[in-house]
Amino acid sequence: MEEIKEQTSHMPRIGEPAPAFEAVTTHGKLKLEDFKGSWLILFSHPADFTPVCTTEFIAFAEIYPELQKRGVELLGLSVDSVSSHIAWVRNVEEKTKVKIPFPIIADLNKEVSLAYGMIHPGQSKTETVRCVFIIDPNQIIRTILYYPLTTGRNMDEILRIIDALQTTDKNAVATPANWRPGDMVVVPPPNTQEMAEERIKQGYEYTDWYLCKKKL
Amino acid sequence: MACISPDGKPTESGAKMLRALKAGSGAPEEVASKAGLPLFRVRSGLRELAEAGLAKQRDDKYELSEMGAELIK
Repeated sequence: MEEIKEQTSHMPRIGEPAPAFEAVTTHGKLKLEDFKGSWLILFSHPADFTPVCTTEFIAFAEIYPELQKRGVELLGLSVDSVSSHIAWVRNVEEKTKVKIPFPIIADLNKEVSLAYGMIHPGQSKTETVRCVFIIDPNQIIRTILYYPLTTGRNMDEILRIIDALQTTDKNAVATPANWRPGDMVVVPPPNTQEMAEERIKQGYEYTDWYLCKKKL
Repeated sequence: MACISPDGKPTESGAKMLRALKAGSGAPEEVASKAGLPLFRVRSGLRELAEAGLAKQRDDKYELSEMGAELIK
């Protein structure tokens, strides 16, 4: 019971600084601060040499060039050893010809997993679930996604979130449901009655004072 | 260690960083640009090279140590 409590006691939240770490990875010892200035996707997988995780790693490798264009680094994590990670990525390359270009944390002592709330005892007491933490260049957590062990992640959605966050930061707007780059964006709602009344004259696509869209 | 092999020789990425430092001291950003390596790799790699005595850190910049210079002669 105590162990379960410990594993779930810390759940990082959106808008908070990402918990600092120093970890052994397949690319050497890395600290969170090494990624400062870049966007970072820190993601966990349950275990090496498992089928869903293998499809996800191939998919992450496939979107890696698109992420690089957007200034985003990838960092994987599981509680397997660095030797297991190395053997697995070599096997993936041998069997599928896909090279895994990003580092993977070997979190044997679960230090990073626990700091990021990646172990959900209801799913597994020993393995990390499929978490995605999108961390901005100032190392603030901007998005958290959790997927169960049985469901592989959707890379289009991860890219879409990156595009949405970067668009929001650049233009001080919000993005509507199912937004894609090039679609109209949502203008922040007015916060005074006067501003609300003026909204209709401002040339936006106007549904009502609280829902206005514009092209970028 | 990612930049130094167990036999004490720099790995390919370690050698790239040392060669980048040969041209003069630099911040990790400059070394990353010269070495053509991701910044996060360079930040951690320069730390390792400094711990191994192959590079020296002065404020935010790194420079080649005598031992590092000897290795990439």
